[in-house]
Amino acid sequence: MTKPLTLPAPAPAPAAARTGRSAPARPRPSALLSKAGVTAMLGLAALYTLLPMLWLLLSSTKSRQDLFSTNGFAPGKQFALFDNLGHLFGTDHGIYLRWIVNTVLYAGVGALLATVFAVAAGYAFDKLAFPGKEKLFAFALLGVMVPGTALAIPLYLLAARVGLVNTFWGVFLPGLVFPFGVYLARVFSAAYVPDEVLEAARMDGAGEFRAFCRIAFPMLAPAFVTIFLFQFTQIWNSFFLPLVMLSDKDLFPVNLGLYVWYSSALSQGHPQDYLLAVVGSLVSVAPLVVLFLMLQRFWKSGMTAGAVK
Amino acid sequence: MASPSARAQRRTAALLLAPFLVLFSAVTLAPLLYAGWMSLFTTRTSGLGFGGARQVFAGLDNFTAALSDPAFRHGFLTIAVYVAVYIPVMIGGALALALLLDSGLARARAFFQLALFLPHAVPGLIAALIWVYLYTPGLSPVIDLLGNIDFLSADNAVFSTANIAVWEWTGYNTVIFYAALKAVPGEVLDAARIDGAGGIRTALSIKLPMIRPSVALAVLFTVIGSIQLFTEPKVIYSASSAIGSSWTPNMYVQTAAFTRNDFGLAAAASLLIALFAAVLSFLVTRLSRHRSQS
Repeated sequence: MTKPLTLPAPAPAPAAARTGRSAPARPRPSALLSKAGVTAMLGLAALYTLLPMLWLLLSSTKSRQDLFSTNGFAPGKQFALFDNLGHLFGTDHGIYLRWIVNTVLYAGVGALLATVFAVAAGYAFDKLAFPGKEKLFAFALLGVMVPGTALAIPLYLLAARVGLVNTFWGVFLPGLVFPFGVYLARVFSAAYVPDEVLEAARMDGAGEFRAFCRIAFPMLAPAFVTIFLFQFTQIWNSFFLPLVMLSDKDLFPVNLGLYVWYSSALSQGHPQDYLLAVVGSLVSVAPLVVLFLMLQRFWKSGMTAGAVK
Repeated sequence: MASPSARAQRRTAALLLAPFLVLFSAVTLAPLLYAGWMSLFTTRTSGLGFGGARQVFAGLDNFTAALSDPAFRHGFLTIAVYVAVYIPVMIGGALALALLLDSGLARARAFFQLALFLPHAVPGLIAALIWVYLYTPGLSPVIDLLGNIDFLSADNAVFSTANIAVWEWTGYNTVIFYAALKAVPGEVLDAARIDGAGGIRTALSIKLPMIRPSVALAVLFTVIGSIQLFTEPKVIYSASSAIGSSWTPNMYVQTAAFTRNDFGLAAAASLLIALFAAVLSFLVTRLSRHRSQS
């Protein structure tokens, strides 16, 4: 586990940074090892990952009759996407939009603050000298060991004690802590912020805090985006915590709202809620997919930084 | 000797660490400690339930109650079966796809990476919703093709849940393994080719051993994630009560807290799950270190 950590430069790295990666000199007649064979196998896997997404997209454009009566991987008889969207945003006095706003607050603002705190802490662990540093770092890493869902009930019990159950803060505050982000920030700080630059700043008489804000922080911008994306996805994904913490519909993140619609479609015989859950899923996934496509590189650098120790 | 510069560093470190450490104490440590406290008490209703409920000190009773509850133990059995199905398929699939991408024979590598990775942008709850619709007779475009398998029955629930997880995580791990494969030095591969090793031989005897640390780490994270299984079965449970309300340990905890209103038991079960996950990750980390040193 002692590989050097290679981080992508702020420009995309070339796909194959080594020599001699051509196809074998003598192509074998084996079907598995032909270009067509390899591409076909990858194509099958891609079909498996993309078809459910296609189903979501097509189903969102169907009327309720077509949803149940036409093939899931084919378009419906009528194009009902706009009716469905109107229904989605109109239901229950536009509660869906409220859920989206809540989610942006929980995941967006929450991850932003969590990232600021994680980058500040990771930088301090990497660049500053203080007593008991490694012990404190090990202590923070304990947080990586504790699985998030195992904290949901303990958080609920504590929140009940201090009166934060069924409040915005009960879901928002736990999202501000991201121990794995502190670990990543320390790794990124070691890779991105040269000690010489800090020494030079100290020689020039810049204060430590100023040196962090003015010099190190801008250098850590790519790390910031990576850590933010990680935590943003994590909060956006969280389901168990809001499920136990919230009962007031107006405070729901979108996941929980969709779940409630979906269960009511099943249990209380509200078949129209079937479509709501489908269209609502599409609308809440679309921005994530766009974000993801735009910021792929940051995503991957965090994943591989976490994987290559 | 505390020079002014050392003092300045200490002060700044305190300032930069304070927000994280304060919040970490408040939302990670405090809940765990409080749950530890709660788990030592049990609620007794006195008489005929007219006297109200009292909290009575119970020592470790809640822990023994959880551990001896067949429902809780069955939850861990579910996870064991699930892991036995899910990890070989997902990790094996991710390795195979990464090796295919790295074989030098794949076209459109960027496209395939993206297509495989895309499900990871879908929140787990929505992934579960999509798949449960695809598992539902009368709605699903695939069930008829597959000869009317009941995906939502008690016997098949493990496979249906594992499939949702495979869909979500295979591409993610493919990207990680592919990045690790790209770090394998070209000289090593050239040497193998000169020695006459074919593509499959090179993949199995040279590339795989070289990315073993990445694979070990992926297995570790996958096992920890599996212990926490909740969202996908919860969604399946809404569609079909065949799997029961305590099918996984986390579902058991939720049922203990909100159906049975037994917070002491729920706290104890939560801590047992956390402890189990921590011990397991510790062991796996130790083992993989041991392996890579020998």
